[in-house]
Amino acid sequence: MNLHEYQSKQIFARYGIPVPRGRIAVNSDEAKQIAEELGGRVVVKSQVLVGGRGKAGGIRLAKSADEAQELATRILGMEIKGLPVRRVLVDEAVSIEKEIYLGITNDRASRKPVMIASAEGGVDIEEVAARTPDRIIRLHIDPLLGLREYQARDVAVAIDLPKDYWRQFMTVADGLWRVFVENDATLVEINPLVITKEKRLIALDGKMVIDDNALFRRPDIAEKRDLDVEAPEEISARKYGLSYIKLDGQIGCMVNGAGLAMATMDIIKLYGGQPANFLDIGGGAGAEKVAAAFRIILSDQNVCAVLINIFGGITRGDEVARGILAAIAEVKPKVPMIVRLVGTNAEEGRRLLADANMITAETLAEAAEKSVAAARERCNQ
Amino acid sequence: MSILINKETKLIVQGITGNEGLFHTAQMLNYGTDVVAGVTPGKGGDWVLDGKVPVFDTVKQGVEVTGANTSVIFVPARFAPDAIFEAADAGISLVFCITEGIPVQDMMRVREYLDQKGVRMVGPNCPGALTPGETKVGIIPGNIAIPGTVGVVSRSGTLTYEVLYALKQHNMGASTCVGIGGDPVNGTNFIDVLGMFEADPRTNSVVLIGEIGGSDEERAAEFIARYMTKRVVSFIAGQTAPAGKRMGHAGAIIEGGSGTAADKIKALTNAGVQVARHPEEIPVLIGE
Repeated sequence: MNLHEYQSKQIFARYGIPVPRGRIAVNSDEAKQIAEELGGRVVVKSQVLVGGRGKAGGIRLAKSADEAQELATRILGMEIKGLPVRRVLVDEAVSIEKEIYLGITNDRASRKPVMIASAEGGVDIEEVAARTPDRIIRLHIDPLLGLREYQARDVAVAIDLPKDYWRQFMTVADGLWRVFVENDATLVEINPLVITKEKRLIALDGKMVIDDNALFRRPDIAEKRDLDVEAPEEISARKYGLSYIKLDGQIGCMVNGAGLAMATMDIIKLYGGQPANFLDIGGGAGAEKVAAAFRIILSDQNVCAVLINIFGGITRGDEVARGILAAIAEVKPKVPMIVRLVGTNAEEGRRLLADANMITAETLAEAAEKSVAAARERCNQ
Repeated sequence: MSILINKETKLIVQGITGNEGLFHTAQMLNYGTDVVAGVTPGKGGDWVLDGKVPVFDTVKQGVEVTGANTSVIFVPARFAPDAIFEAADAGISLVFCITEGIPVQDMMRVREYLDQKGVRMVGPNCPGALTPGETKVGIIPGNIAIPGTVGVVSRSGTLTYEVLYALKQHNMGASTCVGIGGDPVNGTNFIDVLGMFEADPRTNSVVLIGEIGGSDEERAAEFIARYMTKRVVSFIAGQTAPAGKRMGHAGAIIEGGSGTAADKIKALTNAGVQVARHPEEIPVLIGE
C-alpha cells in the first residue's frame, strides 16, 4: 500500500525528520489561506499516487498567496495519469543549496533491509543507478541490531557530506530507519533531502510503501488507503479475502492459488485467448466466497466466458460447486462457463454441477482450449 | 532415499487444535507421517484425534517428552514468527511454516536468527513437503503423487499439485516434493533444494516451478549451469502478469525490470534447462 507525500511527511516529522512547514488543501481558498500563513512563497503539490507529478505540471512554485490560489485551482482540476487530483499540499518554499537521495528498502537477495544514498538527489534514482552506479551507496542493516550510529556516519562520509552536516544527517537516517521498522514499510524514501541556504537538512519530498501483510497491526495506516488507485472490483474483492486484479481480456478466471491462477492466465494466452483477470480465491474457500468471486468476475462487461480451475487441497471441490450454483442462481450469467475440478472432493463437486449446463474439462490444456473457443463464439470474435 | 523428510521424521505440529492444524494432522497421520506431538498454549495435557496425538503447552515440553525433530506451523500470521523462534529455541532443526501473510520484516528477523542458530526453515506461505510412500509434512494432498525419481521444487502451492498430478497421469513418481513458498523472504531457496536433489541418489531429474518476482530463478539457473549433473526441467508462472501488480504472493511483484517471466525463462534456457509452456507439458519433457 502506497502513502501520499503529505502522509509520509507527517510520519517523518513525528520521527524527528525535518520537513517544510505546510498543510493539505482540498480547494483553492484553503490553499490561499495556507500560503498567506506561510508568507506567500509556497510550492503547490498535487497529491496523487503516481510518479512524474512534476513533469505533468502537478508541482508549481507560487510567489504570492494569490498565485497559490490560482495554481491550486488549476492543479485541483487536473488528472495525472488517469488519477484525479483531490488534494494539494501547500509547503513553504525552501532555498536549495544541494539535493541528496536517502531511502531504505528490502533487499530480497540478502534478506536484509538496505539503506540507499546518493549525493545526486532530486532526480530519478534508478536513472542515477543505471548511468553512474558508483554514485549510489548501499548499506545493509542487520534486522536484529538495527541501524548503528557508525553506519549512518559511514553513509554521510560516503556521499561526501561536509562534516558540519553529519549530526543532522544521523538524526534523519536514524529517524528514517525507525519510520521503516515501526510502520512496517517495504520502502521509505526522501528524494530530495535538501541542504538549504540556511545550512539545514530538510526532507522536501517523501514516499512510503507499507507491507500489506502488516496492516493488521498498523490500523492507523490501513485507514489512509487511497481508494482512487484501485478498481472498485479490487476493493470489493479485498473485503471477501479474495485477490483480484482486473486485466483487459475476455476470459474471466477463477482459480485457487496464486501460482496456479497465473499459470491458468498463461495457458489461456498460449491457446490464443486473453485473460480478463487474475483471481485467487485462496485456500479453504467456502461457498459464500466463491459466490462473491463470481459476481466480481461477471461485473466486468468484457467477459465472454469464465474458466473455473480448482485444484482441491484445503479447498474442497464440493464447496466450490455449491458456491458456483448459488452464484448462478443469483447472477444468472449469460456467458458460457468452463469448469475443471481436480483433487479433494472433486467428484462430488462435478456431480453437483452436472445439471448446471456448464462445459467441463479434464486437463488444464483442454479447459483453456474450450474457454477460448467458447469466448470466441459468444463474442463473435 | 529422499530429501529433508523421511521415515525418521518425528513431527510436532504447532497450532494443532486450530481448524487447519487439526484437519491436516489427521491427513498426515493417514498418510503415515509420524506425528508425535502437538502444541497449543493452554491446551497442554489434552489428546486430539481419538487420543492419537498428545498436546503440550510449549514446544520445549513436546520435544523433551517425544523427541520430535521437525516442526510444522499452522498458527495465524501474527503469532507465526514467535512460533518459529520457539521451535528454534526448543532444539528443532527443521521447521516448515505453512502460514501465509507474515510481514516481511518479521521474516527478515526470523531468518537472521535461524541462520545464526543453524536451523533450517521451509516457507513461510508454503504447502510443505511430501516424500511419496513415506511421509508428508504440511498440506500437499498425498493421493496426487506416487513414489518415483523426479525431485520437485516449487514456489507455488496448487501449481505444485498440478505438476505432481500431471506426473502421476504419466506414471511418473516423485522422490520428494518441496514447496519453498511464495514470499519475498523465505527460509529455503531453490539453490538449497537443488543441491539436496543433486546429492540424493534416488532423484534422477528435477522439476523447478518458479514464478515472477525476485531473482531466485536466475540464481538457480547459474547454480544449475555450474553444479547440476542431473536433468532439470522448469515452468515459470506469470508470463501474462502486468508489471508492478501484486499477484497474490507478496514475492510475485516485478521490481524495476528484473523478475519478469521472460527474463527467468531466458536465464534457465541459457543454463540448459528445458522450460515447459504449460504445467502439463512437464512430464513430456522429462520423458524425452
